[in-house]
Amino acid sequence: MMIRALFLMCCLLSGAAVQAAELMIEITQGSDDPTKIAVVPFGATPGLLPPDAVDGIVSADLQRSGLFEAMAVSDMIAQPHEKSQVFFTDWRQQGADYVAVGRMTRDPAGLYRVTYELHDVLRQSQVLQETVNGSEAQLRDIAHYISDKIYEKVTGIKGAFSTKIAYVSTSSDRRSFRLIKADADGERALTILDSNEPILSPTWAPDGKQLAYVSFEDRRPRIWRQVIATGQREALTNFPGLNSAPAWSPDGRRMAMVLSKDGNPEIYVLDLATRQFTRLTNHFAIDTEPTWMPDGRSVIFTSDRGGKPQIYQADATTGALTRLTFEGAYNARARPMPDGSGIVYTHRAEPGGPFHIALQNFKRNTVRILTETIYDESPSIAPNGSMIIYATKRMGKGILAVVSVDANVKYFLPAAAREVREPAWSPYVR
Amino acid sequence: MSTKSGKWVRLAAVAVLVTLVAACSGNKNKNGGAGADGADGAGIGTDGASAVGTGSDGGLSPEEMAARTGLQYVFYFDFDQSQLNPETRAALDAQAAVMRNQAGPVRLEGHCDERGTPEYNLALGERRAKAIANYLILQGIDRGRIETVSYGEEHPAALGQDEDSYQRNRRVELKP
Repeated sequence: MMIRALFLMCCLLSGAAVQAAELMIEITQGSDDPTKIAVVPFGATPGLLPPDAVDGIVSADLQRSGLFEAMAVSDMIAQPHEKSQVFFTDWRQQGADYVAVGRMTRDPAGLYRVTYELHDVLRQSQVLQETVNGSEAQLRDIAHYISDKIYEKVTGIKGAFSTKIAYVSTSSDRRSFRLIKADADGERALTILDSNEPILSPTWAPDGKQLAYVSFEDRRPRIWRQVIATGQREALTNFPGLNSAPAWSPDGRRMAMVLSKDGNPEIYVLDLATRQFTRLTNHFAIDTEPTWMPDGRSVIFTSDRGGKPQIYQADATTGALTRLTFEGAYNARARPMPDGSGIVYTHRAEPGGPFHIALQNFKRNTVRILTETIYDESPSIAPNGSMIIYATKRMGKGILAVVSVDANVKYFLPAAAREVREPAWSPYVR
Repeated sequence: MSTKSGKWVRLAAVAVLVTLVAACSGNKNKNGGAGADGADGAGIGTDGASAVGTGSDGGLSPEEMAARTGLQYVFYFDFDQSQLNPETRAALDAQAAVMRNQAGPVRLEGHCDERGTPEYNLALGERRAKAIANYLILQGIDRGRIETVSYGEEHPAALGQDEDSYQRNRRVELKP
């Protein structure tokens, strides 16, 4: 006992807190015809120097989406802060489709009030105006909120700049594993779990407040769930063999997973309230990587029952099976589009070939390869269905990358020092 | 003061002993280095940050064990395969001959190269470990002595992205 305590003392790693950004953003490709927007530096009461430039974050968010081209501040003909100072003809001459302006104050208690406006240059009209309050620590949240509103107003699609990502960060020698939660732009990275043993398959609860993952900290894989805000965690399974690939049902009440306690990997569904396990598959092949379709009625998963890994769909009640993928030598780890119109997965066209991310559309019955990098895997879709984050390799190093569902917009999220993999895009967090 | 430092000397001596025992035997250390209690001892902050301490295996490397016993402790596989080739069968026959005259558990750790998805590889690594386990059972080794665990692609033996590294990573390690 004493020995173990001593050993633990030696091994306990210092609790990691909020890091700056572990990830950097490198935009490689944008849309062919982006909307041109000028996000003018927000005005502030003299002497007020907030730690995060809200306008700069908004500008970077919109630029990163690929659907916008943000004007450089140095190119702006003027720097208005409110409607009366916006002269549309000037902005039209500069080629701007929209102008976003704003101003902020801070009260003695430290509360920031940020007012922003969005102006449509062609129609010469104000289309958004709102005031948002928050603490200094919430300035990034305020900025992403404004980005969401502008994005939705212009594109008609709900913005996902306020969402989070989770991913696994490893040392290059694979001796250190960390589960990280960060903003969708990689900022405000927070270590959720730090271990010398593997961590994999992080997945979000539908409320965005918990993560489930697989940890080998007991020298065997077990499924854990952890409340992000409190750090409170619980091991959900401890069976012999595999305990892995957790996937919350859309209503949050059940969790699909893989257990091999009966001899080989099978898909099970755990009722989180009653703690009852229901077996969904029954085959001697590998069945793994379950995920729920958005309606919660079926689970899709990877199986090599046909000889090679392919995607199958099982009715969550009856277990009735449908095979979904037929093209290619290796199709695995699918994730559904939020509207259920299709799935993305890791696709290998032929044996020995590269792994890419593919999007299969059910209605049109098409399969489209979205990526050009190799070793592409672990796709995860933003809750608005616009972008896919995935893991890839660059010069032998694990990095994250993002591609739009139409494959027009691409950017990389490499890590400064470590390798990063297994990204999971959060649902909308409220 | 003296009692306190005496206690620390004793603790340090125990720690050194444990390290020695682990290094020498490599087999009785099944739980010692694993931090099976690590979860309980983990400090988890209210900001969501947490630190779980887990140790690494303190035993000899497969190469060191092979040099000592003349037996093979690592068995290799083809891509997406779990079949045992003739060399592996012969090496397992020799292992089984020794194991039959011993008691105690063995641990079979299955691994994959990094190509393919992490969870599919976790399942594939288990299939490989079980293929070795089943062969040993056929050779008369008691099923209850064998523990299988898969690390998938998480613990590569070689870090390169070339066929040679991949070949070295598609393996099962036998840990007495």
